[in-house]
Amino acid sequence: MSKVPYEVYTEDVETLSVLSPDGEVINKDLLPDLTDDQLKEIMYRMVFTRTWDDRAVNLGRQGRLGFYAPVSGQEATMVGSEYALEKSDFICPGYRDIPQLVWHGLPLYQAFLYSRGHQHGGEIPADVNVLMPQIIIGAQILHATGIAMGFKLKKEKSVAIAYTGDGGSSEGDFYEGLNFAGSFKLPVIFFVQNNGYAITTPFAKQTAAKSIAHKAVAVGIPGIKVDGMDIFAVIRAVQDAAKRARDGEGATLIEAVTYRFRPHSLSDDASKYRSKEEEGQWNEKDPIARLAKYLEKKGLWTDEDTQRVRDEAKATVNEQIKKAEQTAKMTIPGLIDSMFETTPQHLEEQKADFE
Amino acid sequence: MAQMNMKEAIRDAMRVELNRDPNVLIFGEDVGNVGGVFRVTEGLQKEFGEDRVFDTPLAESAIGGLAVGLGVQGFRPIAEIQFVGFIFEALDQIVIQAARLRWRSGGKYNAPIVFRTPFGGGVKAAELHTDSLEGLIAQSPGIKVVIPSNPYDAKGLLIAAIRDNDPVFFMEHLNLYHAFRAEVPEGEYTVELGKANVVREGSDVTIVTYGMMVHTSTKAAEQLEKEGINVEVIDLRTVSPIDIDTIMASVKKTNRVIVVQEAQKSAGVAAEVIAQINEKGILHLEAPVLRIAGPDTVFPFAQIEDTWMPNPARIIAGVKKVLEF
Repeated sequence: MSKVPYEVYTEDVETLSVLSPDGEVINKDLLPDLTDDQLKEIMYRMVFTRTWDDRAVNLGRQGRLGFYAPVSGQEATMVGSEYALEKSDFICPGYRDIPQLVWHGLPLYQAFLYSRGHQHGGEIPADVNVLMPQIIIGAQILHATGIAMGFKLKKEKSVAIAYTGDGGSSEGDFYEGLNFAGSFKLPVIFFVQNNGYAITTPFAKQTAAKSIAHKAVAVGIPGIKVDGMDIFAVIRAVQDAAKRARDGEGATLIEAVTYRFRPHSLSDDASKYRSKEEEGQWNEKDPIARLAKYLEKKGLWTDEDTQRVRDEAKATVNEQIKKAEQTAKMTIPGLIDSMFETTPQHLEEQKADFE
Repeated sequence: MAQMNMKEAIRDAMRVELNRDPNVLIFGEDVGNVGGVFRVTEGLQKEFGEDRVFDTPLAESAIGGLAVGLGVQGFRPIAEIQFVGFIFEALDQIVIQAARLRWRSGGKYNAPIVFRTPFGGGVKAAELHTDSLEGLIAQSPGIKVVIPSNPYDAKGLLIAAIRDNDPVFFMEHLNLYHAFRAEVPEGEYTVELGKANVVREGSDVTIVTYGMMVHTSTKAAEQLEKEGINVEVIDLRTVSPIDIDTIMASVKKTNRVIVVQEAQKSAGVAAEVIAQINEKGILHLEAPVLRIAGPDTVFPFAQIEDTWMPNPARIIAGVKKVLEF
């Protein structure tokens, strides 16, 4: 009697990689087509983001920011994925994905206001296509799907991108969004930054799936995996997924394997759930050091350039945090008036209690 | 003027708006080809095409999230949640994402969405197809909750809801879809959201109610009339926000009130109505305001739902109690 073929799909998904940790191109075919100026701009944004993150952690400790989720280590996934998009493309971020918003056009002081719990932080300029960061894990996956359907119905060649983490890929909304996008063939990119931990829960406890990219199999869309510490791999993957979307070929799931050098937020202690050895191994893969080595060999970047960007970033952060701090406080009447287009009578009456 | 039942009136409202505004979209489970399990959207896909009226995969949260994303893009989605008990699957998208979008974005984005869902007991439906969950949504800031009681209101309220730039939760009582026909104007007209309707004038006692209970309360009022008791019946039409001015005008006239709701008694719309009456005019009352409602149990299986739901006898007893206080 033959056996029932109980098998789990375990065929490996290859990890796309372009740049070695030594800054050598190991896969020329996948190298994105970038000019020297573009390469320098990308490096500028990564160093700027790292410096801003360092400053933000300190500002958080000083009580000058509210909730803040550090980003160091994830500059390649954040800066790279945004760089691969057009200005008209739409970003639906999770709570950590502030750099993508800022590089897409959100003024930095508004990002600080968002962190400080000020409504103006979400009042995004008219020409900046982003939603404010999502707190409910995975909800933004569905918004990106709806926004992508909007592009399709309006026959606009733009793309929506939703960001979440490895934990987010366990949410029901993750599956529902991917399934809708597959079913309607929508121009959307689901970009999972797998940094190994959902707050403290390691990836090994997150899923029995061999990778997050495997989850695309269930909904009939391509799922690919990239080295998330390799900015060229990230840029290439997002560029290709965006092209597929613009060409009417539908959605793509990208898993970028990365690491956050710092804890989940300023209120957790990473040493309780991960080892120094592990952190050291990931430090060796630092996406900024890796790109710097590549650029130095091409004569495009020096240590002085890094220092110059750091100084500039520090000055910008200081100026922007001051601007945030000087922004007038929200008021209860203002809050009440922001609930509906026309404030109903009962809320008008409640407003009077605070005037 | 055409004679329509409530289902036809709701369909007509959607047809009027699909014709008027190319940004109006209808989607949900089974709403396209067959026109929904209750055939409310029947024929609309054929008339307006699959880009405007379409079926989705079976996933309520995604239906809600799709509506939010399309709302951000400037569309005006009418998202159908097939049965009321399934809104729990979509509750994050309805009361967190849609209802808070204007506030979260400081007014940059809004969610001009109508979430339509059938509800209501008395039709022997399966579990979780009938529950009155309006109180749950009404407690959430940023979303309006509308429950029509007749075809004319249903069409006018739905058109107003579709044109509203904020999310509206629109609940359609299963027992009213085919209950009766009434005159419904052709073309467009609106019934203002947030405005109650005095459906029966009276001077002795006021019944504040909505949905199917407007009809149950009117039956009770007709029987009381024979005993010389003159009852005013107010149909809230919108249960969030509540039209307290119309209620208070009646309270000042009758000085006695009962509130009738099909939903469970505690912490719901009736409780809110009574709280507002207390705040605005306790000195006009000659008796405590009573609630006639379902008991605080789960909605029962079909066999005893008729006993569970408020009926004219219970309403009459309530009216007599406040009159005899």
